[in-house]
Amino acid sequence: MADPPPADPRLLETGSDKTRPGVAGIFAGFFMVGMRGFGGVLPWARRMIVEERKWLTEAEFAEVLGLCQFLPGGNIINVSVAVGSRFRGAPGALAAILGLMLAPVAIVIGLGAVYDRFAEQPVVRRAFAGLAAAASAFVLAASLKIAAPLRGRILAMAITVVTFVAIAIIRLPLPLAMPVLALASIAVLWRFEA
Amino acid sequence: MNDPLVRLSLLFLQMSLLAFGGANSILPELQRQVVDVNHMMTPHTFAALFALAQAAPGPNMMVVSLIGWHVAGLSGAILTMACVIAPSSVLTFFVAHAWYRFRDAPWRRAIQKGLLPVTAGLLISSAALLIKATTLDWSLGLLTVAVTGLLMTTKVHPMLVLGGAAALGAVGVVG
Repeated sequence: MADPPPADPRLLETGSDKTRPGVAGIFAGFFMVGMRGFGGVLPWARRMIVEERKWLTEAEFAEVLGLCQFLPGGNIINVSVAVGSRFRGAPGALAAILGLMLAPVAIVIGLGAVYDRFAEQPVVRRAFAGLAAAASAFVLAASLKIAAPLRGRILAMAITVVTFVAIAIIRLPLPLAMPVLALASIAVLWRFEA
Repeated sequence: MNDPLVRLSLLFLQMSLLAFGGANSILPELQRQVVDVNHMMTPHTFAALFALAQAAPGPNMMVVSLIGWHVAGLSGAILTMACVIAPSSVLTFFVAHAWYRFRDAPWRRAIQKGLLPVTAGLLISSAALLIKATTLDWSLGLLTVAVTGLLMTTKVHPMLVLGGAAALGAVGVVG
């Protein structure tokens, strides 16, 4: 696929030829991010892209991240696609995804094999009980941080509660509930909270 | 259609485009499909796989490849991962180039604003379902509360917290 033309002149300023990575460079950069991303990949991606390899400026990275958090899918996976395709089109995007995912997939499958093998041992089972309780806490903390800006906004909080009831209590299928909830939420907040 | 791998692939192709806010917002649906509807694993195994993904390097989405691996081995891991990545990546690929044109558009802000409370509800749902599966006794519940407090108030490294929690479990302080 041909490199789509950049939609904004600012894109052209990105990377002089010196910092504009090739496909192999994109693969290598994201491979290192995947390797190092213990406990959160995004900070490592920012460090690699902005500080170490200087592919993007801080402001450009923030723009890309804003887009990638807006779209569905894993945020960091979207960042790899956006950055890879920005420099080298479709091959760049593919190189970025493969680089990012290769090591983590291999490692996680190795861990899964070890877990399956030793899951019945009492020590491993107990360690996993502790680990899983802490992992739940990570999701709870993340959800509280996301919900924090909604405090005091009655309509927004009501939508959050309705979503919780629909998904966690009634257990409606997401492909059914999500479009309805999202469209209703956008319409209600647009009309009454603008 | 009866092949578990085909069912998982179709599930993840859909989930890819519904994962606003990343992997954590599709956890309730994954658990519903994998545990409740298709009986591929217990809620406890699901929570354990999630914890394993959390402890491994890489994106949150890694839980998807673990589910695939648990159900159908190596081919399951790779296929499910490809299915959850492809649709959203194709979308990002095409939208990224048009982003500058609409990033300040009122309708884009309205969408973002409207999605936030829904995403918050999905994440709280994920947390509630995981906590229900991981709180095997009061001490583990206490650990979840303590870790949440720690994460909300300090900048302690995630790996330190996970390692500490696993150690507390291993020596029998909790669980």
